[in-house]
Amino acid sequence: MNPVIINQLEKIVSPSGILTTIEDRAVYSYDSTFLEGMPQVVVLPQSTGQVAEIVKIAARERIPIITRGMGSGLAGGSVPVQGGIVLCTTRMDRILEFDQKNATILVQSGVVTADLQNHVAKSGFYYPPDPSSVRHSTIGGNIACNAGGPHCLKYGVTGDYVLGLTAVMADGEILKTGTKVIKDVAGYDLKSLLTGSEGTLAIITEALLKVIAGRKFVETALVEFSSLDDAGQAVYEILHAGLLPSTIELMDQTALECIEKAMKIGLPTGVAAVLIIETDGVDQEATRREMESVASVCRQFSGANITIAIDDTQREHLWKARRSVSPSLGRLAPNKLGEDISVPRDTIPEAVRRIRQISAKNGLPIVIYGHAGDGNLHPNILFDKRDPVQMATVDQMVAEIFEVALDLGGSITGEHGVGILKKPFLHKALGDVSINLQKRIKNAFDPLNILNPGKIFSDDI
Amino acid sequence: MTESILNLIPSEEQYLNCVRCGLCLAVCPTYQLYKNEADSPRGRVALARKNLQEELALNQILMARLDGCLLCLACDEICPVGIKPAQLAMQMRAITESRRPAAWKKTVFRKIVAKPKNMAMLTLPLKVYEKFGLRSFAQRVRLNRLLPQRIRDLEYSLPPRFSTHTSKKLPVFSPARTQKKYEVGFFLGCAQDLLFRETSAATIRVLNHNDCDVTTPRNVVCCGMPADGHGLHDLALEHARQNIAVFEEKNYDFIVTDCATCGSKLRGYAIMLKDDPQWQQRAENFSSKVRDISEFLLSIPLKKPSGEIHASITYHDPCHLRRGQNVWQQPRELLKFIPGIELQEMEEAGTCCGSGGSHLISHYPTSSAILEKKVEDILKTGATMVASGCPGCQMQLNAGLRRKGLAIQVTHPIVLLDQAYRLPEELHK
Repeated sequence: MNPVIINQLEKIVSPSGILTTIEDRAVYSYDSTFLEGMPQVVVLPQSTGQVAEIVKIAARERIPIITRGMGSGLAGGSVPVQGGIVLCTTRMDRILEFDQKNATILVQSGVVTADLQNHVAKSGFYYPPDPSSVRHSTIGGNIACNAGGPHCLKYGVTGDYVLGLTAVMADGEILKTGTKVIKDVAGYDLKSLLTGSEGTLAIITEALLKVIAGRKFVETALVEFSSLDDAGQAVYEILHAGLLPSTIELMDQTALECIEKAMKIGLPTGVAAVLIIETDGVDQEATRREMESVASVCRQFSGANITIAIDDTQREHLWKARRSVSPSLGRLAPNKLGEDISVPRDTIPEAVRRIRQISAKNGLPIVIYGHAGDGNLHPNILFDKRDPVQMATVDQMVAEIFEVALDLGGSITGEHGVGILKKPFLHKALGDVSINLQKRIKNAFDPLNILNPGKIFSDDI
Repeated sequence: MTESILNLIPSEEQYLNCVRCGLCLAVCPTYQLYKNEADSPRGRVALARKNLQEELALNQILMARLDGCLLCLACDEICPVGIKPAQLAMQMRAITESRRPAAWKKTVFRKIVAKPKNMAMLTLPLKVYEKFGLRSFAQRVRLNRLLPQRIRDLEYSLPPRFSTHTSKKLPVFSPARTQKKYEVGFFLGCAQDLLFRETSAATIRVLNHNDCDVTTPRNVVCCGMPADGHGLHDLALEHARQNIAVFEEKNYDFIVTDCATCGSKLRGYAIMLKDDPQWQQRAENFSSKVRDISEFLLSIPLKKPSGEIHASITYHDPCHLRRGQNVWQQPRELLKFIPGIELQEMEEAGTCCGSGGSHLISHYPTSSAILEKKVEDILKTGATMVASGCPGCQMQLNAGLRRKGLAIQVTHPIVLLDQAYRLPEELHK
């Protein structure tokens, strides 16, 4: 990159906030997928003002600018495939204001989500969205992808907690949108438009978030089923009975065997599927009773075996297992592609069956787990990207998995985002009208196409 | 020099299967400090991979990133795939060293660390400095204010009164006090011998008190951790073979050490020599007998001390004990076993103190900042003493506490148990 521009960037972020060597840039070439792209320079700003100055230079010089937090994305959304400036927000990690009376918190976008949760928990508050990457992803990244997580069934997704945003626009102007109030219909809901926009519309630098009163009691159960249909039916019966567990997580046999192989924590491996179900609340007796009701629904299915965690250690044990499914797949193959389809929840058993057929037909293993309560499934294809034949097969399998999702009336991505990996399928999922409108929105926000170009939409605008 | 270079090259599954999930970023002390991917385990694995796949050269910039790893093993422990970024960083150092040996490393590790007599010579000026009152004089008139902070910190890291504590040699053989039940070989580490000998004297007394005949062989050499940490894997293997041979001279039930780092290295001899047909069995036999002192004591019927120590104590987990040997309950049990002691857990007791062996010298700003956080955690407990079974951690904690003018005492858990045993006897006298 032109040394004059490097110099100007260095003046903004100081020498310690800019990385130019090939070695330092190389570690910003990836996210949690197998994709790579080399940035020309990496900047680590510490304030909205610095971000605005950087964007002004990028706009003047027509350089792509790719915003990135901790790089835990699963769709390639922050991979700098067109080079350019990687803007890493991890040093924007200050909590600016915690307003307990109004239950809101204002943070910089580089705050780690788990740190935010711990911060509010000290005062008895709760920030529920909990992607598996909660300890190694930033709130900015969570908002840019509208991250979900296991507890979304009861509590909703990241976007449900965004009250306001500060964002740097493509020309360097600073946008402030949203307020501390719950009700606010003045003008278009720009915060919701930016939520899930994957860094293509503006750069989120600060977030005003809603927090809620902390849950005091939690019951966690592991339920084994002898068939996938039973597990799917149980999910339906639980919700139909008017029960609202905070989470219902599904792991099929392939996932269980994989975690057990990696972690040896005594999970059942000979069963068709397990559900991890959690109830929570502010009243111990009510929480316990809700779990009992859940258990009695599950008992209607023959062969269902229920284990309830007796303490926090056991509970943490179960969650550690669930959170480690995705990474532990690395033990089985050099590469994995984690898909993220959503299907109407009554079609989960059918979706799982069809995905297994895809695996059998194409000869590459697929491990299936996900959020059964909301129909969000993560089929993971295992492969070796050095083998071109396998790569072609993977492409074919991905297309077939998306076909299943759309055919069953669902979505190609529930919580990971489109990024690069799902670009080719977005048109089919959304249709002409929606795609054209979205491209016009992109153009209105970023006429020079410098903000994370080449993401979401399959061809450049 | 290149006896084992082929063994050094990491195998594909050591780096290729990293799925880049980022879990390790959450536990890495250097990432937490700098929030820069290049200072993270995932970043280091990526750099190693790109070098091994011949995309990037093994140059100084790349190695600086791999040298930045404290080897605290937090990433090795958390990785669900089984990638060991810290281990990988160490192997990459060995590759660099085998290709471009650094002259200073040869001098330091082959001529000094490898030779106990030379190590002793090296600490002589320090002893003179303390023994003839220079140290207390310098402290009294606060002469050290004239020194740069990093040199001051090193001075602070020296244990108090180490010259008197190392004046008496430890006996080669020391019998059980009453009846012998266990034949113990005691591995006396370099740092223990040169700076914390009184701690090891306490270890031997406690062992004797608990029915152990203790032999402390004189002809041992360094455990090999410093050499391996700096990429001199061949030298570490030489050390391993010599130490194994030394402990074959007698049929010990157990080989005990009171140094966390030595313990984790000695246990690792079996893996280091697994491909050496002549040594594989001998190394396995050796490593299977190695126990940390707290681990060993908790595995035998330990005698209850009748003396009481009234103190509020917090415990810092040495990386090489907690993650290196999975020993973290026993030291706590040991402390709680002593009448009068109140154990106050600090937050993140298992997080590295920043010592990393010699990072206070080689990576001062990083080491110092990580230490600062540890000192804050210690302070929050309100404890008057901090215990940790590792000379490296003890020195680091000394530096962190004393540079702030804090009077919190740093000690090894075994020293307290020894005191509790001896108190009634001393009263009797």
